[in-house]
Amino acid sequence: MTSGPRQRVIGLDDVDLLPRRARWVPIVSVMAGSLVTLLPIVADWPMLPPIGLLLLLAWRLLRPEMWPSWIALPLGLFDDLFSGQPIGSAMALWTIVFVAFDMMDNRAVWRDYWMDWLAAAAAILFCLGGGVGLVAFTTGGGNLLSIVPQAVITILLFPAAMRLCAALDRWRLAR
Amino acid sequence: MAPPRLRRPGFSRRAQYGLFAAYVVAVAGIVVALLLLAAARFDPQGFAVLRSAATDLTAPITGAARSAVDGVGSAGDGISAYWRAGSQNAELRRELEASRAKLVEARAIDFENRRLKRLLGIVGDGRETVAVVRIVGSTASSSRRLVTLSAGGSSGVKTGQPVRSAEGLIGRVVESGRISARALLITDASSTVPVQIIRSGVAALATGQGNGRIDLRPLIAGASPFRRGDVVMTTGAGGVFPAGIPVAVVTKVSRDGAEAMPLADPAKLDFAVVLKPFQPDLPPPPPANTAP
Repeated sequence: MTSGPRQRVIGLDDVDLLPRRARWVPIVSVMAGSLVTLLPIVADWPMLPPIGLLLLLAWRLLRPEMWPSWIALPLGLFDDLFSGQPIGSAMALWTIVFVAFDMMDNRAVWRDYWMDWLAAAAAILFCLGGGVGLVAFTTGGGNLLSIVPQAVITILLFPAAMRLCAALDRWRLAR
Repeated sequence: MAPPRLRRPGFSRRAQYGLFAAYVVAVAGIVVALLLLAAARFDPQGFAVLRSAATDLTAPITGAARSAVDGVGSAGDGISAYWRAGSQNAELRRELEASRAKLVEARAIDFENRRLKRLLGIVGDGRETVAVVRIVGSTASSSRRLVTLSAGGSSGVKTGQPVRSAEGLIGRVVESGRISARALLITDASSTVPVQIIRSGVAALATGQGNGRIDLRPLIAGASPFRRGDVVMTTGAGGVFPAGIPVAVVTKVSRDGAEAMPLADPAKLDFAVVLKPFQPDLPPPPPANTAP
């Protein structure tokens, strides 16, 4: 009903105080990241980092209270439609990561840049490895070694994704 | 230290219930997603409609971008050839590649001819073209090796049809929309193709490794029948893939098998040909029924 006192961290609850793009920019940026797989690259090796996942993690770690944990469900479904993974794979893995991040936030006393990177690296390894596992479960045949280069590239790209999200964050909250 | 419960957003009941509801939705969503995956295991075509609709929407965009990239890519090739050894080198290499593919094909045809002479009248011709398509994109971030084709059901492309190029076998169609389709490459870890060595005719199975290479396993136990440089082609056993399409060339021989590189590189292809699924041999007609 009536909006309560202004919170310290800007979240979706008081989004009516903000420009309309404040709500949509994070979601649209993650969806655009999922669509990067449409680039006309024909790869015989999983070499393209999952940009959608990278941006999702960056937003989640940058703004822990912006999203409820179920937001990973629709975004994961959108990613599954284009990534070639079986439908449900990113839905399940991304949401598990979000719930795990919430538990981590409850336990962790402090957090800094390196902790964020470490958490993101763990999430990336979980999602890529889990993706291979779920492909092996649904269609058979899996090779964990083949995603090692992709995982390394993705983990190294995470600070860049964080930068990008920080820039987008400044823009979306600017009046 | 006891693990803390859910994050408490202060004393507001409404906020607490909202947070709890968010967790309930998230966990229920995970369960639903896992059920979807279980359904996909038992019925892989279950959600094909949804995905092919998404592919239909985006394939034209990818296709347009692909034609732009093609021009740039070939320009880059030309420049690099010039800097390496002059334009002559590039031309010779192209000629060599073309003639090697032709040689492989000629050998395959020769072998098939001899076999057909032996089995005269038993094996039918499975090489009927359905459509000539472009390969516009791929699932570059997933561990599945799928490519997007620029034609779909409206051109007759259907699930299960084999895809080949002039150089060799590419894969088979696994999802088909209206104007686009997706094909599983032979390098995917879930793809298995029955093959034989052209030199000796020894049968083997070619399984993808998921990293662009192919694992060859002979059907007969014993020492590896492969030699470096051996070319394998499809046998047509079990249907789907017509016999006599070159598949891969052996690059490394191991104790009980070999590693091979596929002859057709989907990244460099302009066009691919979708064929009718091959039916190896008709079963003997039942006595009282009418066989199709």
